[in-house]
Amino acid sequence: MRIVCPFCGERELGEFTYLGDAKSARPAAGASEDEVFDYVYMRDNVAGPMSEYWYHGGGCRAWLKVARNTLTHEISSVEPAAGVGAKQAAR
Amino acid sequence: MKYSIFSLARAAFSGHKNWQRAWRDATPKSHYDVVVIGGGGHGLATAWFLASEYGIRNVAVLEKGWIGSGNAGRNTTIIRSNYGLPGNTGFYELSMKLWERMEQDLNYNTMVSQRGVINLYHSDAQRDAYARRGNTMRINGIDAELLDLAAVRKMMPFLNFDNARFPVQGGLLQRRGGTARHDAVVWGYAHAASALGVDIIQNCEVTGFVRDGSGKVTGVETSRGRIGAAKVGMAVAGSSSRVAAMAGMRLPIESHVLQAFVSEAIKPLIPNVMTFGAGHFYVSQSDKGGLVFGGDIDGYNSYAQRGNLPVMEDVCEGGMALMPMIGRIRLLRQWGGIMDMSMDGSPIIDKTPVDGLYLNAGWCYGGFKATPGSGLVFAHLLARDEPHKEAARFRLDRFRRGAMIDEKGQGAQPNLH
Repeated sequence: MRIVCPFCGERELGEFTYLGDAKSARPAAGASEDEVFDYVYMRDNVAGPMSEYWYHGGGCRAWLKVARNTLTHEISSVEPAAGVGAKQAAR
Repeated sequence: MKYSIFSLARAAFSGHKNWQRAWRDATPKSHYDVVVIGGGGHGLATAWFLASEYGIRNVAVLEKGWIGSGNAGRNTTIIRSNYGLPGNTGFYELSMKLWERMEQDLNYNTMVSQRGVINLYHSDAQRDAYARRGNTMRINGIDAELLDLAAVRKMMPFLNFDNARFPVQGGLLQRRGGTARHDAVVWGYAHAASALGVDIIQNCEVTGFVRDGSGKVTGVETSRGRIGAAKVGMAVAGSSSRVAAMAGMRLPIESHVLQAFVSEAIKPLIPNVMTFGAGHFYVSQSDKGGLVFGGDIDGYNSYAQRGNLPVMEDVCEGGMALMPMIGRIRLLRQWGGIMDMSMDGSPIIDKTPVDGLYLNAGWCYGGFKATPGSGLVFAHLLARDEPHKEAARFRLDRFRRGAMIDEKGQGAQPNLH
């Protein structure tokens, strides 16, 4: 598996660290216990195309949003995660 | 048939041409008291304990491929009970005790070899941590010995003791730990369960659950037709979330790939199972002579049953740090299995919110050693509708209650367990 970093180009997997599913969003501060529980502990554990966060610690140290198929490891897109990096990439 | 020295001699005199099948390859009936999904070690052990301990013999084990084709045939065959937290200590020691009598129980040679498991330590702090773990084990009636450098040198003179960065200082040894032949464990349970009337049904993929008006599970839809069941147990490891989704459930589980490796065969070298404490590397030597070893999971969600090169490199570096001389041995085979990584690194054996459906999952990458214990406690749950006393903490709702059993203290980040 190689990931094409939008800032650094194609790099080997060892440069990246995995966080997990990018779909789940942190609940608002006033959210119910059920919502927080769901966010922290429950997983869709997708078999197929999944959107996920990777950190390019061995390169530009940007957080990336990668679309990858968990059945085949095929990567269909890589984009900067929301935040300052995304704005710089768009420039 | 019963295996004995006499059956072996008889078969030898007839040129080994008259061995009977070890177990029946059954066709599905329309209804069972219990259907177990998953023909791996855990599923087959569950069926055997249901039949032998709890008197429930109208049982089917459904396997989508062939039995033992998943993680039961993909692990590094290590058995041990060197855990530290309440819940785990009792359960894994129960499992260890069942390993010790497995061959007699099943009338099958599962090649259980109590050659010892030693965890090497490389710093003062790690020695203290291992001393604490060893004490925890001994308080719970589990054998453990803290070895100093001289004792480890005597036991394994071939280690790289003078590694400048990670010198070997000693190790925590569990002599009763060791290895077992993983395929034989699968076949042994199949052999013994089949003899008690359990139907082992291969090439039978579960495609959905049959439910009545109240939502209770009353059977399963499979690639070989509908099969009715009073109770359905899931023992499908890395596929847990996919099967649970058919019943509308989400689980506190992520599926990750773990790789294992075998080198070409060499003369006897490694007398036990040993682990490198400064990285993640565990190794034993098979009876055929190959070094069987592994390390961390790859760390990303996967159902692909294959891994990538960075972890392979990391594992081999761990091996090289301990034994630089293995650098000239060639890697023979490498493969991956799909681990059901739970949110605290410990298993889940419980009823589900869906009536009639029972869950056995979350074994992370330690499921093999748990095989007999898992079978017993899951059979108990299926038969009695209440948890076995040694599995009373492995509840599905423990995450909501904050009653985690987190040996590594990593929190809800499954790829770190």
